[in-house]
Amino acid sequence: MADIAIAPRRAKTEIREASAWDQLKHNRNWLGFWFMVPALVFLIFFLAYPLGLGIWLSFTDTRIGRVGAFVGTENYEWLWDDAIFWLSVFNTLLYTFVASAIKFGIGLYLALLLNENMPFKAMLRALVLIPFIVPTVLSALAFWWIFDSQFSIISWSLKQMGLITENINFLGDTTWARICVIFANIWRGVPFVAITLLAGLQTVSPSLYEAATLDGATRWQMFRHITYPLLTPIIAVVMTFSVLFTFTDFQLIWAMTRGGPVNATHLMATLSYQRAIIAGQLGEGAAIASAMIPFLLAAIMVSWFGLQRRKWQQGESND
Amino acid sequence: MTDLPTSRIDLKAVLHSSAPTVAKDDHSEGMSYLHSVPRRMVTLYLPLSIIVVILIFPFYWMGLTAIKPDEQLLDLDKYNPFWTWNPTFKHFYKLLFESHYPMWLWNTMYVAVCATILSIIASVLAAYAIVRLRYKGANLVGGLIFLAYLVPPSILFIPLATVVFQYGLFDSPMALILTYPTILIPFSTWLLMGYFKTIPFELEECALIDGASRWQILIKIVLPLAIPGLISAFIFCFTLCWNEFIYALTFLQSTSNKTVPVAIVNEFVDGDIYRWGSLMAGALAGSLPLVILYAFFVEHYVSAMTGAVKE
Repeated sequence: MADIAIAPRRAKTEIREASAWDQLKHNRNWLGFWFMVPALVFLIFFLAYPLGLGIWLSFTDTRIGRVGAFVGTENYEWLWDDAIFWLSVFNTLLYTFVASAIKFGIGLYLALLLNENMPFKAMLRALVLIPFIVPTVLSALAFWWIFDSQFSIISWSLKQMGLITENINFLGDTTWARICVIFANIWRGVPFVAITLLAGLQTVSPSLYEAATLDGATRWQMFRHITYPLLTPIIAVVMTFSVLFTFTDFQLIWAMTRGGPVNATHLMATLSYQRAIIAGQLGEGAAIASAMIPFLLAAIMVSWFGLQRRKWQQGESND
Repeated sequence: MTDLPTSRIDLKAVLHSSAPTVAKDDHSEGMSYLHSVPRRMVTLYLPLSIIVVILIFPFYWMGLTAIKPDEQLLDLDKYNPFWTWNPTFKHFYKLLFESHYPMWLWNTMYVAVCATILSIIASVLAAYAIVRLRYKGANLVGGLIFLAYLVPPSILFIPLATVVFQYGLFDSPMALILTYPTILIPFSTWLLMGYFKTIPFELEECALIDGASRWQILIKIVLPLAIPGLISAFIFCFTLCWNEFIYALTFLQSTSNKTVPVAIVNEFVDGDIYRWGSLMAGALAGSLPLVILYAFFVEHYVSAMTGAVKE
């Protein structure tokens, strides 16, 4: 009797109870958590926490080697009256808009060219991407040398052609310096835009163009009514990335001009580096860096809507 | 079961093509035969060659400057500036044997390899969990990781500098090895998520029925099938590390610890007009490892670049 009474109960409990350890090993959610741990540790300790800390620092008067006290919005008020800060905002916006617009134009044009059938196509594509591969700072140094005030090859060539008589002071003149850094940025960014748009172009079926040709469409009409609409989603994403990285650019400027001449090429990122690390005013530098966040959020919103639209165009939400 | 449509993808296609395109699915040939040769000269070859020449010229100039003798470097009128008949390796010699350059190169390599390996491990696990384990909130985490991709180093370096200082990592390569993954993990996670999605779900189901654990599935089934994706992620992360500047500039102080980009900008620029030769030699030598890597893996590069954007 006693055996019969106990045995089924034991069997039942053996089926029922998965130990806590089994839960941790097999439960989908726990398993997911364990798999996520390494990535989350990095992203929380070195990304999310510093992001919050940066915003906190911008409300303190921290300096290098001294813990700061909370000072409210003093840093921002100070920046509000700082002509150099506003100059850097102006420079950043100018740099971003001009460079991104031209990058988009040339990048799209180059993508369309590379999409044609021609000999050595693969090699040309590989060549085009090289500026993107080489570290920005190192190519910026090459530009520094090309734009040298005395020994610039451009000045020399123009003089040989008789177009100018004096060397152009490329990086010493405020307007020229801006043109030069924007040019270098465009040079660096065009391959990225072109190659990603090319990948988008390759997904457009040639039969659409054949159909349009039979209907008597001109090349412009084909571009406007076939290529462009099909490419819109990828353009939105690529340009968001491009704008984002142009807006927060640091290395190109730092290697070529360090913000000079007379702050004409100071971007917000370079100014925050100068104030925070070189001058030691961590709080003020953090305030300049934090002032970039609203602009970045705007860019991210554009990206988000771009992605949404892409899913809508595909007709279904694939996960 | 939402993955059913993707599971029809041919396994071979997944393994052997890193950038699948659908353009030629309908066997149409395009219409380039409609355009005459002279017309193509003007509308295609001419603009294309101008753009390519401009894109390549700075490297030509870099290389030429690096092998020109000093006296030709600054005398543009006596010698043809676009060519040199007596190249010299003096600048490279100076670079390799009279400066810390080999050490900087080693530092860069060391930091890039370590940070890349760390990030790939973390992202493989994270991407697999998000795509295949689909735990509660996986989509949200995926979205957050994408947002992390959009946080630029320029707004993080100041607080990170204080964090690095607190943890006692200042001026050590560990500071870079631990901070670079914040740039790399979001990118490679998204890239690998795309690759993992293309692997048929049934394979994993079979393995589960045969009693494989999730870990075994990941190691023995998913990873071997995702090798093109892993290569793409690896070389792209490596390039990003090599290219990174602002963290290295902020967190490293002593000359012997610096990475190539930072060291060249800080140590070589001292106002001497004859420095151009060794400066350009340094820039060239710093770019070559990446260009060589790139030459071998062009397709993987392109798929890495476009993959993360397409996702």
